[in-house]
Amino acid sequence: MSHLQALIDAVGLGAVYALIAVGIGLVFGVLRLVNFAYGQLIMIAAYMLVFTGGWGDAASILIAFAAAVFAALAMERIAFRPLRSTSPATMLVATFAISYLLQNVALLRYTYHNRPVGDSVGTLAGLNRIVELGSLHIRWITFVAIGAGLVALGGLTLLLNRTTLGLQMRAAAADFQTARVLGVRADTVIMAAVGISGVLAAAAAVILSVENQQITYTTGLNDTIFVLVGVVVGGMNRLLSATLGGFLIGFAISFAGAELPNQGASQSSTPFTTNVYLPSVVYVLVIVVLLLRPAGLFARRGQAAVERV
Amino acid sequence: MRRANPVALELAAPAGLVVVLALIAWQTVGAADDVKFRTAIVNVALVVALYVFVGNSGVLSFGQISFVAVGAFAAGLLTVPSDVKPGVLPDLFPFLKHHSIGNAWSLALAAGLGAVYALVVGVPLMRLSGLSAGIATFAVLGITYNILTYWTRIGPGATTLTLIPTSTDYLQGAVGAVAVILIAFAYQRSRWGRQLRAAREDPAAAQAAGIDIHRQRLGAFVLSGGLSGFAGGLLVHLPPGSITTNQVYLDLTFLTLAMLVVGGVHSLLGAVVGAIGVSLVNILLQNAENGIHVLGLKIDLPGGSSLVGVALVMLVVLLLRPSGVTGGREFALPRRLVGRASAAAAAPPPADAGV
Repeated sequence: MSHLQALIDAVGLGAVYALIAVGIGLVFGVLRLVNFAYGQLIMIAAYMLVFTGGWGDAASILIAFAAAVFAALAMERIAFRPLRSTSPATMLVATFAISYLLQNVALLRYTYHNRPVGDSVGTLAGLNRIVELGSLHIRWITFVAIGAGLVALGGLTLLLNRTTLGLQMRAAAADFQTARVLGVRADTVIMAAVGISGVLAAAAAVILSVENQQITYTTGLNDTIFVLVGVVVGGMNRLLSATLGGFLIGFAISFAGAELPNQGASQSSTPFTTNVYLPSVVYVLVIVVLLLRPAGLFARRGQAAVERV
Repeated sequence: MRRANPVALELAAPAGLVVVLALIAWQTVGAADDVKFRTAIVNVALVVALYVFVGNSGVLSFGQISFVAVGAFAAGLLTVPSDVKPGVLPDLFPFLKHHSIGNAWSLALAAGLGAVYALVVGVPLMRLSGLSAGIATFAVLGITYNILTYWTRIGPGATTLTLIPTSTDYLQGAVGAVAVILIAFAYQRSRWGRQLRAAREDPAAAQAAGIDIHRQRLGAFVLSGGLSGFAGGLLVHLPPGSITTNQVYLDLTFLTLAMLVVGGVHSLLGAVVGAIGVSLVNILLQNAENGIHVLGLKIDLPGGSSLVGVALVMLVVLLLRPSGVTGGREFALPRRLVGRASAAAAAPPPADAGV
């Protein structure tokens, strides 16, 4: 596999992770809440694709988006809103509980019917066709992922900078109390942010479903963990730095995974050179970055961390 | 009675809960539920070990299960009989492959390794706070899991480690859990514990009063690491005497944190109540999956629903009591009783008051 090929695939994964990072960063901005259950929004949308597999791609994807937005709003109404004034640790553990709850509900699907874990999904299967450009083999979905990432970022930039709602969201992210005093409706802004995060979760779910073609109760879980790590490394205070962090970690994982040798790790005479240890390498880098720049890699100089967890 | 609430009760209440649970379970529980109740007691040790750092420092750590994992695998590997070890785990380093140690030594080793690992990790990481600390400790967990899963020279890798002696009975479990509670109690009442709790409430004021926050956090982290390693040793010696890396990764991290938060992060009693409460709910729901009779109704839940139930219970408790069941307070006698007792103490003692 050529280096250029690995590079393009890495940009593809980075774009999906950037989508997830925006979703997490938006909610963090207005609520100061790290939503660990974000991965389960992705899972819910992906299962909708499975359940509506026979309805045609357009209807299926529409339902996936609706379900993710609904689930995100429900989470906000049921769990985040009553806990808004509690300690951030409590809010984080509450999102843990939601995540764990939804995963296990999904797992019931398999234990109840007593069958092996996993559903295959065929939505937009045509996008897995390969485009050959010289020696490069690129799946259409990679282009879609990159395109979706760009469109989402562009749309969001417009929303945040050109609309009243966007202005209110930025104000709420900067100083929630003052924004409320100045007439920003707290619930509206929060619902908008949470709703948009649901849309982004569904977009990520569609792309990941097409790429992996297999849905289980852990779909979205590991991606979300990696993105959370990337978002904190990038800098959670600003949406742009959070997004860059998400992109970077997706890019790094995919690129290093393709470039490192992958033969049986355990017996090799020099351990830790194969790609099974990739997560360790990524996490070590994460620790180094956090020690050197605790506010984030892309945080503005002199900007202290404001998160309260 | 000089104090309104005797300090000894703050220790006796959580320790007593564990002892009572162990005694009742030992006397009444059948073979089918035996392991579940022993696990509940080990959970107390795990959660109290986590509490020593998270509760006292107020810094969220996702990394304590790394120390549990290290303790569990060390204690497990070294108690598997050395005559079978070369056969099942051929890749091990020779000193691991050809040596075995006894049960007590394995627990001591688990505690020691946990503390040393926590020290190595804590020296750089305790400079961080807030979300950065959370993610960095999570990264430690990720690294531990990753290396334990793939490096077969130091462990079973992705396979299950079996043939571990199952020495954690009710006695070992309860003694171990009470020992952890005792150490946690002694620590939180010590000068260092109080300094750290002061730093938790107001870092700036604590620093102004001359408290070295980094050093105090590191101390708690290492103590918590040692206790976590020890609890991992207790865990690995539970029946059926086997362990995989997945058992000491995300699910256990979530479960122990949730138990702590449900009980109340800021008190020792909260850690114990949360661990026992959630464990009991889990046992009840697990049994309901096989069908139980409650008040003449037969309840028969589908398999796997116990986990859903546990998560639901946690969420509901969090929504109703965000600071946990205990509200972060230690055990205190009801005000009415305390009032009567101090009134009696204030009154001239009757002739036979020497009891």
